[in-house]
Amino acid sequence: MNMRALTIGGAGLLLLLLLLSLSLFKVNEDQQAIILQLGKPVATVNTYKPNEVFGETGAGLVLKTPFVQNAIFVNKRVMSLDIPPQTVLSTDQLRLVVDAFARFRIVDPLRMYQTVRTEERLQEELSRILSSRLRNELGTQRFDALLSPERGYMMNSIQDAVNRSAKAYGAEIIDVRIKRADLPPGTPLEAAYERMRTARQQEALTIRAQGAKEAQILRATADAEAARVYAESFGKDPEFYSFYRAMQAYRTTFNEGNSSVVLSPGNEFLREFQGRR
Amino acid sequence: MPWQNNEDGDDNKNGRGSGKKSPWGGGDGGKVPPKNPWGDPPRPVRDDDRVRTGGTADFDDFIRRSQEKLRGLGGGGAGGGSGSGGGGSRPNIPWGLIAGAVVLVGLASTSAYQVGAGERAVVTRFGQYSSTSGPGFHLKLPSPLDEVQKVKFEDIRTTEIGAGDGESENLMITGDQNIIDIAYTVRWRIRSAEQFLFQVTDPEGTVRDATESAMREMIGRATLNNAIGPERAAIAEQVRERVQEILDSYGAGIIVQGLDIKQADPPAAVDEAFKDVSAAQQDAQQFLNQARAYSEQVQAQAAGATAAFDKVYEQYRLAPVVTRKRMYMETMEQVLSKVDKTILEAPGVQAYLPLPELRRGAQAAPPPAPAAAAEPAPAQGATR
Repeated sequence: MNMRALTIGGAGLLLLLLLLSLSLFKVNEDQQAIILQLGKPVATVNTYKPNEVFGETGAGLVLKTPFVQNAIFVNKRVMSLDIPPQTVLSTDQLRLVVDAFARFRIVDPLRMYQTVRTEERLQEELSRILSSRLRNELGTQRFDALLSPERGYMMNSIQDAVNRSAKAYGAEIIDVRIKRADLPPGTPLEAAYERMRTARQQEALTIRAQGAKEAQILRATADAEAARVYAESFGKDPEFYSFYRAMQAYRTTFNEGNSSVVLSPGNEFLREFQGRR
Repeated sequence: MPWQNNEDGDDNKNGRGSGKKSPWGGGDGGKVPPKNPWGDPPRPVRDDDRVRTGGTADFDDFIRRSQEKLRGLGGGGAGGGSGSGGGGSRPNIPWGLIAGAVVLVGLASTSAYQVGAGERAVVTRFGQYSSTSGPGFHLKLPSPLDEVQKVKFEDIRTTEIGAGDGESENLMITGDQNIIDIAYTVRWRIRSAEQFLFQVTDPEGTVRDATESAMREMIGRATLNNAIGPERAAIAEQVRERVQEILDSYGAGIIVQGLDIKQADPPAAVDEAFKDVSAAQQDAQQFLNQARAYSEQVQAQAAGATAAFDKVYEQYRLAPVVTRKRMYMETMEQVLSKVDKTILEAPGVQAYLPLPELRRGAQAAPPPAPAAAAEPAPAQGATR
């Protein structure tokens, strides 16, 4: 009796717990949920709203009707959309391999569920849209503009365009960015290398020539300065200078012992030699 | 097992006071036999109650039956043998208490958690964020209600992009359409544990992507020479700021500590040409150095020569004639003392100079004739 009551009570408790577990489900802070009633969506839980504060969101325990309703969970966080590298042809006929990515978030899980069902298929759809949009937009640009597309409005207009399409799937594109922009391997890359090489060779030549030029100017300046100094000093008496310099020159030229000199008796040096006066 | 030989106990119970002693040595028949060490104090009371209500057997049976069932469920290891009396003494064990204790211990162990140094714990209640706690010992609601996720909050993580070991190149196009091989590391840590957990899937990948795109953006604006050399540090700082902006726009809860460019070089394919440029710079420097040395030398010479002239000229002005004469004579003396001399006397005589002979003579007699020994030669003259 008592025991029976206890047993019944316990069983009842168990049943209640079971019922609760069937009629309650937990939505994490990073999840959104769609409640389906016999496969038909009837409500959404913890959907994304801008400027939410954690702890005040719709996350937590949520009631549902057991057996009839079930919940589908959708990621609430910012997700990555990585597309395969795209080859883009610029208006000046240069090829560039562009590797871009986008960040997106599912803001309308219901619409996402109704249009593409799963996150994987959403990613596929968005990748397709992003890559075609990227090729179209970048294909209208000159090569040099492609190198830093953030300078213009290019990335913004790509993002806006993709965002418009993404809205139809209940997603929001937060950011579109170019991760890499490379020259395709093979001829374009080799050509770029060759251009760099010749530019460097030119630079090296210029540097050497410039150095030689400056060195020459330095030498000439020094020569000129020396000439000025000489002129200033020697100009005081050019006649004496020529005598003085001649004397110096004689000393240095006849310094060697193997020269011969033929003198005429009328030579100044021999004036006294002849003894006549 | 304590109850294995308790078939006796069973007998005791049913055939109250049959005289068999329980192994634990209770009293006999007259007394209420103490069945086992646990059962002693409560037993009499319960027994009395049951006796009064007459439900003892019922309850015991119930317990026994349920235990048998359980055993059967559990694979029936004990088989039928123990079936008859296996659970005999079980009612003596306060299963409720034990179960309660187990539940309590379970609850207690999931009601407390410890957060290590440098960690943060994010507590969620039914999945909803409730609080973030720092290092130390904390209490929470037991497990299915409150869950804890720990993150290494203060760890500085590094994400390396490009190897920088020369094996693989991380090529990037610069603003002047050159190619640079660049390797860098971004250092970051968590600023907000809950944002880090709840805002962005794959935070590491997000940091990597953001850094790569920011670096490409900045390199796409710089020239190769600047990126290799003078603006390297400035670029790193700009990229760091840009990455921070991007991550903030995602609300990633990450703070970028720094960005180090480990390597920014021209690609290996054109390295030779770049080396030649620096060789050219060395060469140019060398030209300049040589020219500077030359100019020093020339000017010093000029200064020396003019100073000497000035000194002599000063004296010359005082006595021009004598000085001039003296200088001339001294010079001639010195010059002519060393050379072979020939004096041609007769004017109008055609002089034939056998120069080879002269030279031979000079070689034969290296010491030159003294100045005084100069011979007059009639038609032609040679030294000795």
